[in-house]
Amino acid sequence: MSKFQFPESIASRPVYGTLEPRPGKAHLMIADAEGAEAILDLAAQDAGLMAKTHIIYIPKGTDFAEALRALEPAQFYEGPSYAASVQRIRKVLGDAHMGLQVYLAGTEGLMGQAMNEAVSAGIPASAIQTEHRGSIARRMQCVHCKGITEDVTTDPFVCSHCGLNLFVRDHYSRRLAAFQGVCIDAEDPGNVPAPVELYK
Amino acid sequence: MSAAPQKAKAGAEKIAVTVSAVVPLNDLVTRFEFTRTDGADFPPFSAGAHTVVEMRDGDRTRLNPYSLMSDPADRSIYAISVRRDDQGRGGSLFMHTNVKVGDQMTLTYPVNLFPLDLRAKKHVFFAGGIGITPFKAMIAQLEQSNGNWELHYACRTPALGTYADELAEKYANKVHIYYDDQSQAIPLEDLLDGQPLGTHIYVCGPAGMIDWVHATATAHGWPSENVHSEEFLAPQPGKPFEVRLCQSDITIQVGEHESLLEAMERCGVDAPFLCRGGACGQCETDVVEADGEFVHRDHWLDDEDHASGKKIMPCVSRFIGKTLVLDR
Amino acid sequence: MTIQFNNETFRDDYSFRNSDWAIKRFPFPFHEDSYMYSVNMEQHRGGPEGSVYEKRFDVDEHYLSEMRDRALVLADDPLRCQSLPHMTLAGWDTLELIMVSKSEDYPDLFELHRDGNRWRWVNKPMGIDQTFTFLDETTLPCGPLEYITRQTQGDFAVLDQRDEMLWMDAGMVTTQADWSLDFDIGMNFFEWHAPVPLAHEMGIFKRALKFLLNVQQGAPARRLNWTMTVNPLLDTSPENYHKWGIQKTTLTPENIGAKQHLRVELQTFFRLPRSNALLFPIRCYLIAFQDIVTVPKWGRRLHRVVRDLPEELATYKGFIANRPMMLDYLGQYDDGLPTSPGVWPDLGTEPPLQK
Repeated sequence: MSKFQFPESIASRPVYGTLEPRPGKAHLMIADAEGAEAILDLAAQDAGLMAKTHIIYIPKGTDFAEALRALEPAQFYEGPSYAASVQRIRKVLGDAHMGLQVYLAGTEGLMGQAMNEAVSAGIPASAIQTEHRGSIARRMQCVHCKGITEDVTTDPFVCSHCGLNLFVRDHYSRRLAAFQGVCIDAEDPGNVPAPVELYK
Repeated sequence: MSAAPQKAKAGAEKIAVTVSAVVPLNDLVTRFEFTRTDGADFPPFSAGAHTVVEMRDGDRTRLNPYSLMSDPADRSIYAISVRRDDQGRGGSLFMHTNVKVGDQMTLTYPVNLFPLDLRAKKHVFFAGGIGITPFKAMIAQLEQSNGNWELHYACRTPALGTYADELAEKYANKVHIYYDDQSQAIPLEDLLDGQPLGTHIYVCGPAGMIDWVHATATAHGWPSENVHSEEFLAPQPGKPFEVRLCQSDITIQVGEHESLLEAMERCGVDAPFLCRGGACGQCETDVVEADGEFVHRDHWLDDEDHASGKKIMPCVSRFIGKTLVLDR
Repeated sequence: MTIQFNNETFRDDYSFRNSDWAIKRFPFPFHEDSYMYSVNMEQHRGGPEGSVYEKRFDVDEHYLSEMRDRALVLADDPLRCQSLPHMTLAGWDTLELIMVSKSEDYPDLFELHRDGNRWRWVNKPMGIDQTFTFLDETTLPCGPLEYITRQTQGDFAVLDQRDEMLWMDAGMVTTQADWSLDFDIGMNFFEWHAPVPLAHEMGIFKRALKFLLNVQQGAPARRLNWTMTVNPLLDTSPENYHKWGIQKTTLTPENIGAKQHLRVELQTFFRLPRSNALLFPIRCYLIAFQDIVTVPKWGRRLHRVVRDLPEELATYKGFIANRPMMLDYLGQYDDGLPTSPGVWPDLGTEPPLQK
């Protein structure tokens, strides 16, 4: 099972739900890796949904693409990475009309970045559905150098840009689609605890 | 911190004004323009704001909210347009029959419960009848900032289309008028489906129209954050009732034609308020004890609050029964 | 009175000092001998003459030095001032409010001449004389929010109001108590306060939000908040925490009186008329422990507050490690006598230290 129960946390930390079909003439689904399973579950709830749906999917080494294609969505795109897909996402949102339903599924990094695009296009965050599946890795921003480190799985971790040792906060910015990383040894330089796997 | 403790006064800050123009627009609607009695400029306001007009009607003080419909960029006047309601509680009738150029009146500072969402990529306005007034100010504000807007305005007849000709002439490509007597109707479903992402819609008019726009938008997949409405309720008459105010330690009678809030004010109780129309939440009051039925009419409390019997909005809601004790 | 502006620094050699005048008017935040969160709002309509509450935007002896420090921070990190695209009108509102207030409250220092939308602004202490067109960004050297807040002490958060919620959508933040505008911009009221312990559970933020949503035009409000800072460092930003955090470890019993500062925020709230946004200025006042204890009442009270503060709060405010040393120092100035209620120094009526 690809579902993970995140521990309860502070008010800025995103809370994910379970995708459900909503009324609308057009539907956009963006997912990565095991997020495909959430879309398969969603499609099973409403036989008419896929005829109005555009799926943008980033497999990240998984093999769900064929199963998604078999749903026969109106449009299907398989992208090699989020970065490669983002121009297409922007074009789809730019052409869309109010009433478009957006569904995001998969890792926090994917959902956060795609949500940011949808919000910038004019859909309120609360109207965008999300469902977490798969990796619990986090997308972290170093508050000091502003660099983003993708797929962080330990606390503390080393900023991939400036090399500082950062601890993982639950404070989250939707605009940056990232959690905040803060220097852990500022008051005692060199005293860095051994990294521990997240949620362990 | 108690650096200089001051008790907050009920209602917004007040401005003394002089009536500078009374302009009948049609059989039902008249525009009233005000200048400041002290000769200064009015405070700037944001489109969608209302002011509460204080009317001295004999020994009775009437307080009615009206949308500011003048150009927010013009600080020399404030203007409101008032539709005469012969069956109403008398505020609009007082304005129509008693208020003359040169009269001294009191307005409150602007309060905005119906603001533009300035993030919107496009603003679409739906007006019904006198509901056109806040959109007059919104259009003026958006024209100044090159905003993207359009108006769909339903009126009963051409003769009663307040500002309809003026708007249609000035903004021919953006203003669409629909006359009931010519069986014209706003094509709401088509309009909703065609809007680009980031569009916000605003509706002001009769309750039925507001409900229709909200329900249709929801059915077409619109997020509630993108649908804005404003409806001021006038307090409705009802059977007189008695209320015990435990903080003030008095028992008061609410008459048939006055609201609970007005009865408190008449008895010298300084109760908080802003909109006096069930929308702003300022006058929310805790119920200490009740034996009877509430007649909730506000838009502020949710269904759960209404059912709980623990809260009441005295500006528009009433009570039928034996005992009511409020924490005021 | 004419203000004598100090020439001082808030970094490196830390030459910041409070004059006797500044000490006596310091906004001491504790009205009793203990502290717990509260919404503690009151109207912002003046206060006793000479107090920091008297004017809408207080100008004091640190004005020019604080503005120099802000310019240094912005040169180093321009992301400290940001405004989402829909907040430009609120920026003009802010500029108008501050220019009108300062020119009315300090006519000897600031002048505003308005001819329609043609405005001339004179800031004598900073040597600025600018003519521009109100609501036309092309006539100012930078955006209206940045322009005016480069000339006004304190941080500024500009909050958009939508859907019964406040959104942190613009700001100028260079003297902050360890929060990042760049990270928090776009968040709602509960989200940007998310890291604060205890207060959510106490319902503080729900009540505060309800109050703030109803702050109306012409009726501003204010409250105080406080924390602790080692050295008079204005820019205690998360961005630079890896640089300044180490300073917390430099306290010794010998230098604590001079180095340890109480940091008080005078927070005010103004409804902005044209945008319907809420302006949230956060003005920072710093005072060294050795200066606080020259007021006997404040010395007694600060000792008791620091001593009895719940551990979560001492941790959140960043001084849990230094609390024992702070108590050793402050204990010398607490003789156990009762203190008069309220925040004022009461120098004429409170007894001198009895030990």
